[in-house]
Amino acid sequence: MSDSYQNDGKAHEQYITEVLAQYPDKFAKRRKKHLSVAKAVEAAPDAPVGEEGPLLTECEVKSNIKSIPGVMTIRGCAYAGSKGVVWGPVKDMVHISHGPVGCGQYSWSQRRNYYVGTTGIDAFGTMQVTSDFQEKDIVFGGDKKLDKVIDEIETMFPLSGGISVQSECPIGLIGDDIEAVSRRKGKEIGKTIVPVRCEGFRGVSQSLGHHIANDAIRDWVLDKSAEAEWEAGPYDVNIVGDYNIGGDAWASRRLLEEMGLRICGNWSGDATLAEMERAPKAKLNLIHCYRSMNYICRHMEEKYGIPWMEYNFFGPSQIAASLRKIARHFGPEIEQKAEEVIARYKPLVDGIIEKYGPRLKGKKVMLYVGGLRPRHVMTAYEDLGMEIAGTGYEFAHNDDYQRTGHYAKPGTLIYDDVTGYELEKFVEKIRPDLVGSGIKEKYPVQKMGIPFRQMHSWDYSGPYHGYDGFAIFARDMDLAINNPVWDLFDAPWTDGGELLAAAE
Amino acid sequence: MAALRQIAFYGKGGIGKSTTSQNTLAALVEMGQKILIVGCDPKADSTRLILNAKAQDTVLHLAAEHGSVEDLELEDVLKVGYKGIKCVESGGPEPGVGCAGRGVITSINFLEENGAYEDVDYVSYDVLGDVVCGGFAMPIRENKAQEIYIVMSGEMMALYAANNISRGILKYANTGGVRLGGLICNSRQTDRELDLAEALAKRINTKLIHFVPRDNIVQHAELRKMTVIQYAPDSAQADEYRQLANKIHENGGKGTIPTPISMEELEDMLLAYGIMKTDEQMIAELAAKEAARQSAVPA
Repeated sequence: MSDSYQNDGKAHEQYITEVLAQYPDKFAKRRKKHLSVAKAVEAAPDAPVGEEGPLLTECEVKSNIKSIPGVMTIRGCAYAGSKGVVWGPVKDMVHISHGPVGCGQYSWSQRRNYYVGTTGIDAFGTMQVTSDFQEKDIVFGGDKKLDKVIDEIETMFPLSGGISVQSECPIGLIGDDIEAVSRRKGKEIGKTIVPVRCEGFRGVSQSLGHHIANDAIRDWVLDKSAEAEWEAGPYDVNIVGDYNIGGDAWASRRLLEEMGLRICGNWSGDATLAEMERAPKAKLNLIHCYRSMNYICRHMEEKYGIPWMEYNFFGPSQIAASLRKIARHFGPEIEQKAEEVIARYKPLVDGIIEKYGPRLKGKKVMLYVGGLRPRHVMTAYEDLGMEIAGTGYEFAHNDDYQRTGHYAKPGTLIYDDVTGYELEKFVEKIRPDLVGSGIKEKYPVQKMGIPFRQMHSWDYSGPYHGYDGFAIFARDMDLAINNPVWDLFDAPWTDGGELLAAAE
Repeated sequence: MAALRQIAFYGKGGIGKSTTSQNTLAALVEMGQKILIVGCDPKADSTRLILNAKAQDTVLHLAAEHGSVEDLELEDVLKVGYKGIKCVESGGPEPGVGCAGRGVITSINFLEENGAYEDVDYVSYDVLGDVVCGGFAMPIRENKAQEIYIVMSGEMMALYAANNISRGILKYANTGGVRLGGLICNSRQTDRELDLAEALAKRINTKLIHFVPRDNIVQHAELRKMTVIQYAPDSAQADEYRQLANKIHENGGKGTIPTPISMEELEDMLLAYGIMKTDEQMIAELAAKEAARQSAVPA
């Protein structure tokens, strides 16, 4: 496995200097604080990797501040954080993109949040519903239109569990009172209507949208938890911050169920409103995407006394560590079952590593994604013998970079809210064997002759969580890296060979 | 035909902008000018004295009824009043909802695109109280009003507002061609009103175009939904408005870039004219009052 590799920290520091040298002084000074190289800290050589273990490196950089105008940033907005991430996957609610049509249209079904249900009947995840603001709605206010949209939704989709109102920028600018409309119409139709003040201009990235969305859950959903029909059991847990991208949550929930836990609510991939309402009845919150949902976990801890713990279901070493950590919370019986689960999947894991390990060993990876992935997927690569040369977050806060120190090896290049220019240069200089980032990075990187996987959407594959996911993950990385197409990258007439001769 | 003149009336709420502007424009039309009034106040009361009718249908309300402004025809919103003055009210939302500023932008764009500005000598914008946002600054932006007339009085708040509005004009004076045409003092019969108005005009690099005296006849005319020009054409007050109209007509191209002053300077000016008292004066007065009260109380 992956235990010991080091990155060339000196070279990485040199790359940072070279990149910054291209900027005007003022800008270089600002960007410098966002770029770093992981520094080794004293840790036992066999210390476990992951949040359980001690700090391996110090990865802290300045984060969560405004991007500089004029650079290419990957960041989204508060609306993207609320509608796209937290609320959108709640399948039995109709989410209104409240405002002009574009925000809803261009964010339509982008996150591949899988769900079961009949779309348009009792599930609405892949539908785009917008109040389609016109000039008159801006001038005279959109309250009347929202009222009407809610009536129409109720007529067309009587089986919907509720409605959320996802504010686009103009709502905040003209000061529409969406809370009053939501309260009134909610009473009228007898369903939960959640107004979310996630106007895109708020905050510096989608991160504030997550927070606002969490607060909306707190204020408009959890207050109904007392009435929720759910007979609480001793092994009830919530999966929080798993959005079921490509089926991730299903692959995760299966492991938890196999070790004898019951999933009370899965937030918010494949979720129903009822699951969210009854969440305070669980015994433990298991948080996967810390960045987007830690707020509500902290709230549930304070208000309902529910403890929470982070876990990582990417790759077998972290899955095993996480299963054991979770089981410890429930005592020997569950611990025993957890060991059984780990043992049961061992042949599968061994098979995967045996098959793909030799093909992937020593390959270098650079990551640039959001949420939890820049650190959580590191160990999945390392389980396959791969090495992480650089990683960075789109919208992390300081606590994310602290946590990264539990994963990153010394010398790892760290880049926060990296600009298009910086990432391109870093990739060019490091020339990794694989880059994992988003759709906007995919084609430039491939044109540089470097394999690429989209790590937001799993490149239309997945799941990558759990043991099932690991098999798919390993296969996908092999597909990308060992694709024969990379051998054809150089034009055949440039090597002075037969073709050139034939042409002449 | 002379080039189109676009002017705008700004000033503190309730200062008499609409009354002053409509009377002045009624006088201008007597001089043979073709005029279009664009009311930019959600209250839509900028044209009632010209139309002799209460608020007309506004651009924005009709647009909302029809679906959008694209569904409107100019004839739907353009009414003709006293001696052929064309009138349009932009309108806007009821207080507390929506965005009235955006409404002003929408309706001015609509009027321009649909040729409302063709075949007129004057376009006059009547804008609400203060330049609260970009929408209400629309008439002073590029290619709109060339001269702004600030209606004010000797009251402190009116002076503040006048100074503030000139700040807004200064902002756009450099990017566009807008200039401050002058101050119009609509008398409230406050202390040393004329002196103050002239002093302020001097400080902010403009002139007092006209001092309109207070006359109850304005009120009588207004109750009958008429301008003084129409209601009492031979009155002295009507002549005042005729003088004002004439001065504005002659003032074309003579606007200035204002030099707004700071709040402290403004307050110093008020002190100098004895409108505002210094702290020492106020304390002395209070002490005198107190002493008088005590001596009045029987022992």
